[in-house]
Amino acid sequence: MPPSPQPRALLLLGLALAGVCGGCSTEPWVKPYERERLADPMMQFSREVLADKQRDHVYSVREGARGATGVQGGGCGCN
Amino acid sequence: MAATDPRWPRWARALWAVAAPLLKLLGLTALAAPAARAVDLPQDHEEALIHLYNGGGVKAYGPALLVRKSVADKVSLTGSVYVDMVSNASIDVVTTASPFRENRVEWGLGVDHVEQDTLMHLGVSRSTEPDYVASAANLDVSQDVFGGMSTVALGFTLGQDDVGRHGETGYFDHARHWQYRLGLTQILSPRWIASVNGEAIADEGYLGNPYRVARVFGAYVPERMPRTRTARALQLRVIGDISDEGASDRSAVRASYRYYRDTWAVQAHTLELGYTRHFGPDWLGDVALRLNHQGAALFFSDNAQSETLYVTRNRQLSAFNSYALAGKLSYTLPGDTAQRYGLQLNANLELLSFHYSEFTDIRTGQLYHFNGQNLQLLLTGKF
Repeated sequence: MPPSPQPRALLLLGLALAGVCGGCSTEPWVKPYERERLADPMMQFSREVLADKQRDHVYSVREGARGATGVQGGGCGCN
Repeated sequence: MAATDPRWPRWARALWAVAAPLLKLLGLTALAAPAARAVDLPQDHEEALIHLYNGGGVKAYGPALLVRKSVADKVSLTGSVYVDMVSNASIDVVTTASPFRENRVEWGLGVDHVEQDTLMHLGVSRSTEPDYVASAANLDVSQDVFGGMSTVALGFTLGQDDVGRHGETGYFDHARHWQYRLGLTQILSPRWIASVNGEAIADEGYLGNPYRVARVFGAYVPERMPRTRTARALQLRVIGDISDEGASDRSAVRASYRYYRDTWAVQAHTLELGYTRHFGPDWLGDVALRLNHQGAALFFSDNAQSETLYVTRNRQLSAFNSYALAGKLSYTLPGDTAQRYGLQLNANLELLSFHYSEFTDIRTGQLYHFNGQNLQLLLTGKF
């Protein structure tokens, strides 16, 4: 059995979050035609997958902290 | 409803028949009855990267390539390869071992599928080094809700590592990793977007390094590491367009903060601030600052003065502050061909500095610190 990182709590949080979203009105307060600025490349959290992956790798092999950066990747024996 | 579409496989319709009432019962009406607006598949996209890291006696460089191509407007396939050619003469290596060179190659394959407002991603990866093989599979699902105002994402990764020793055949131990992700991206206004991401990570198995030594009463002994580790990380991010109404060269600011803590008592705070600005239609510039503070693991010791079950002198688990300053330029190449394929050239340079507060350079007895540079040259396009 894997050591539990409280996946049940995460699942419950996810369900609660989605429940809140689902229970409210779906009327967007920012209309699609008002989202031109948001479509600009400078408004993206991540513009290039490989560049972000390499940067995340540089830090994850030198620091103890990891995760929650939105970067996907497998492990390595780089420590 | 899409899932009742007769074109769906029978098992999918049966699964939906069970899941839909349950979702409605839980209040997930946005999931059970998605809006008519559909999420787009990720665009076809290619990236070719040359990366070079140099710092603390380590050089790591190599090429990386990523190709994303959609098939029949329903599925997007991704393939990637990433090469690290490492020349290692770090402080650990030069003081307690011998400098070495090795290559690491990581292959990745992924498939994305869109159904209504749901984007599903399945990916696998395999990283191979002479003495270490890491395989991973991940599943991620994101759902647009509130008419595209919010995106809820759930993800899971399962990893398996085989650990060997240089010069020996086979593997002497293994490690497994579980990662659970949950995220929400929210449009706050026509100018601002925010996101919150949480990740829980569990590791089990061999979590050390067979070559690393610890110091106990001044004597070098093999490090002794726990075989389990559980971690949690939470990151908040925000991006805002701060340009004046009607400005030709737009600009944006961004900030992120991550808190990390694990059962080894490693705790970290990471703050990043950035500014992005267009310079005409072809140039985009970025500057960013990164500040990180980390506390040491319970069993980290530069030179232990008592016998303990676990002990390590791994710098990665020590207390330190790290700082980074980054600059990036993106240039959209001119010419008909380049414009047709959306060719963009990017150059990123990041200067890093690590300052340890417990780890010493045993050659001098002084606290250790090093500076590094990370350079990325990236060509992107849409073929």
